Amino acid sequence: MSLPSTDLIRLTPNGLYCEAGDFYVDPWRPVDRAVITHAHSDHARRGHTRYLAHRDAEGVLRNRLGDISLDCVEYGDPVDLNGVRVSLHPAGHVLGSAQVRIESRGEVWVLSGDYKLARDPTCRAFEPVRAHTFVTESTFGLPVYRWRPEHELLASVNDWWRANADAGRASVLFAYAFGKAQRLIAGLDPSIGPIVCHGAVETLNEAYRAAGVPLPPTLRVTDVADRSAFRHAIALAPPSAQGTTWLRRFGAYSDAFASGWMQLRGARRRNGVDRGFVVSDHADWPGLQTAIRESGAHRVFVTHGYVPVMVRWLTEQGLDARAFETQFGTTDDEADTAAAEGGDAA
Amino acid sequence: MKRFARLYEALDATTSTNAKLAALREYFASAPDADAAWAVYFLSGEKPKRVVPTRTLRDLARRLADVPDWLFEESYQAVGDLAETIAHLLPEPVRDSDESLAAWIEGRLLALRDLRDDALETALVAAWDDLDRPSRFLWNKLITGGFRVGVSKQLVTRAVAEVAGLDPNLVAERLMGAWTPTAASYRALRADEHAQERERSGRPYPFFLAHALDRTVEELGPIEDWHAEWKWDGIRVQLVVRGGGVHLWSRGDELITDRFPELADLGTRLPDGTVVDGELLAWRDDRPLPFAALQQRIGRRQLTARVLDAAPAALVGYDLLELAGEDIRARPFEDRRAALAGLVEQVADSRFVLSSAVRAADWAGLAALRGEARARGVEGLMLKRRGSPYGAGRVKLGPGGEWWKWKVDLLSVDAVLVYAQRGHGRRASLYTDYTFAVWRGDELVPFAKAYSGLTDAEIREVDAFIRRNTREKFGPVRSVTPELVMEIGFEGIQRSPRHKSGIAVRFPRILRLRGDKKAADADTLDTLRRLLEAVPA
Repeated sequence: MSLPSTDLIRLTPNGLYCEAGDFYVDPWRPVDRAVITHAHSDHARRGHTRYLAHRDAEGVLRNRLGDISLDCVEYGDPVDLNGVRVSLHPAGHVLGSAQVRIESRGEVWVLSGDYKLARDPTCRAFEPVRAHTFVTESTFGLPVYRWRPEHELLASVNDWWRANADAGRASVLFAYAFGKAQRLIAGLDPSIGPIVCHGAVETLNEAYRAAGVPLPPTLRVTDVADRSAFRHAIALAPPSAQGTTWLRRFGAYSDAFASGWMQLRGARRRNGVDRGFVVSDHADWPGLQTAIRESGAHRVFVTHGYVPVMVRWLTEQGLDARAFETQFGTTDDEADTAAAEGGDAA
Repeated sequence: MKRFARLYEALDATTSTNAKLAALREYFASAPDADAAWAVYFLSGEKPKRVVPTRTLRDLARRLADVPDWLFEESYQAVGDLAETIAHLLPEPVRDSDESLAAWIEGRLLALRDLRDDALETALVAAWDDLDRPSRFLWNKLITGGFRVGVSKQLVTRAVAEVAGLDPNLVAERLMGAWTPTAASYRALRADEHAQERERSGRPYPFFLAHALDRTVEELGPIEDWHAEWKWDGIRVQLVVRGGGVHLWSRGDELITDRFPELADLGTRLPDGTVVDGELLAWRDDRPLPFAALQQRIGRRQLTARVLDAAPAALVGYDLLELAGEDIRARPFEDRRAALAGLVEQVADSRFVLSSAVRAADWAGLAALRGEARARGVEGLMLKRRGSPYGAGRVKLGPGGEWWKWKVDLLSVDAVLVYAQRGHGRRASLYTDYTFAVWRGDELVPFAKAYSGLTDAEIREVDAFIRRNTREKFGPVRSVTPELVMEIGFEGIQRSPRHKSGIAVRFPRILRLRGDKKAADADTLDTLRRLLEAVPA
């Protein structure tokens, strides 16, 4: 699709570009100036000359990208980039995740990155930002995706853990190491037993604690000397640990997978674990609609996920809706599955 | 209903037989009798007929969910299951009902049959308003006649037997035939064994099923220990003559006496207190007609003289389970077979044949005979250990097993994937149902559909290929760039004017992906025609 060059943001081979301010938002090729919505690897890539991100994202960004030139800002504090006013606002996705508000000559765009509206004690809640044009994701852009309330989800995880602990077997919970794991840990009931973590998860836990997010005590799996302690433990591990020898230490265990895709029976059954918990970093269908409505935007660009569905739906709701073919959603676990499950629609 | 929905979720979530058995035991240990009766009924594969037309259900759900038709369709395509799609799309329930399963079925589901239009819609909305999402899914499955769950009737039987402290075979026998799901039937199912039980009416015994041979025949030991016979390709049945009545049961516990009047007539010629296990075949001039002949007859509602004449049925006897009113299943195989042979001779009716023994001096000789199976119109050989009792279900009695089926090797061709469709259940949202074609000149002619045979990893690989190589979409079906070659195996092949290829194959399945072959290397229709000529119909 070709867009009039007067647009504040346009799609280029490097990524979403603001010509007036000469910067990119979450570019996928190396550029001079990159504004980063959050530290997931499909949004924060290597090789840019200068980065701009929220202060809480700093730890994870440096951990993942090494020694980068990074400017950090607080939510709501505007920065002037070549006469364009840029500010970051909470997106509720993971620690330090932000929507990018861009204002130039009275025109306002908001690029939401990935976001969720559900409660999450480990990051600042999503705040609607008024805009003329809103750029949204649509990872779970189908009305069958409607999340249960947070307390219900966490109760079901704790119930499962408790039943396993009572039966003397470990509970292995697979969840994306950055964001979802910490959100789950924050909701676990430590009175049931010890919370142990895969190294990949524990590294992120430390970044969260360093940013001032309180988490219950956790143990690195390799620091547990007495394996009998695992029988009452819950172990948080990245999905990549599934089917590996890392799991042998737990002896008899029950396993579960935490992902928005677990909403559907087919995905749950294909996953080959005992339980599927519907826990997502992304907005569900009602969440997407609420965010779009509350932005007040008349024009909406849809990036990754069920793009054609969302574009058609929004058009029918009377909005000027279009697609941006980005390279988001290629490495984050949930959006990645989107590419396999619904990506055919793109 | 909630309790049953939880049981369903537990059964659905695991592939472990032990976990399923544990979930079933827990349910049967605590469920009220009337609920347990319905649970036994549904879990053993019975289901109410569809009481609500799919169209009605879909339209109503779409209106309640307030989504346009195309968005409903997109959702359905992603979910792969209508009952589940509806459960996800409906607005949240307004009440929290804890009515029992029996109350839901007897009080609400069966009542739907007599309702039309507005009254039907009102009842459906009221039901949905009472149910949470997992229960709604189950309810939708039940009212559309689509209820299925991955447990065998045998496992349900075992769970009930364990909870009641009974022999599973006794429970299996009590469950045979037309079991009605009432609290009284369930109590009778769990009751202690009583003396008259063996004089029961026309119920068959649980069928003894063979395992596919999973080792070399040599590992079975000396050939002298084994009895071999042909594995006929018909309908496995028990002919029960008892208490003055004749009952013909298929292996699916279906009473089919009315559909085969010639066997009902044969039954009247057998002495009372006789149960024969055998194969029902379309039979003429001492040999079987192709399965297709029988198939056409199964489909007919009206048994006209012409139909009866085109495919006359006969019973090829395998085994004798009851003789003069006595259960002889525990007797050695040779004794039962000798008694059966005596009976066949005594009755002297062309519709009653003894399954002939296949004899060879050694395994190599038997293997050679097995090579003739296809020419004889049979599926292969059955191997039964001499001295073995007649068991129940598909159990391996001894460490070596007692009954084996030794089928002929499959016929196979290399074919090209041309169409794909999404699967259901566990495979919903993946493209798992494939249509394959072979070459006729430079045209690809579809000849078979196959679903099974690939590993989960291979399915994902093929799914990704299909998404990248879709040419056209026709509803749920996609045409695919013809590039992927797979080896397709099948057990039989016949001429068929109803198929574009002029050929129908029996039990097609995928043997393997042929990543080493290009589409141009796939087989031709001529290859299939040559197989057709080599295999007598």
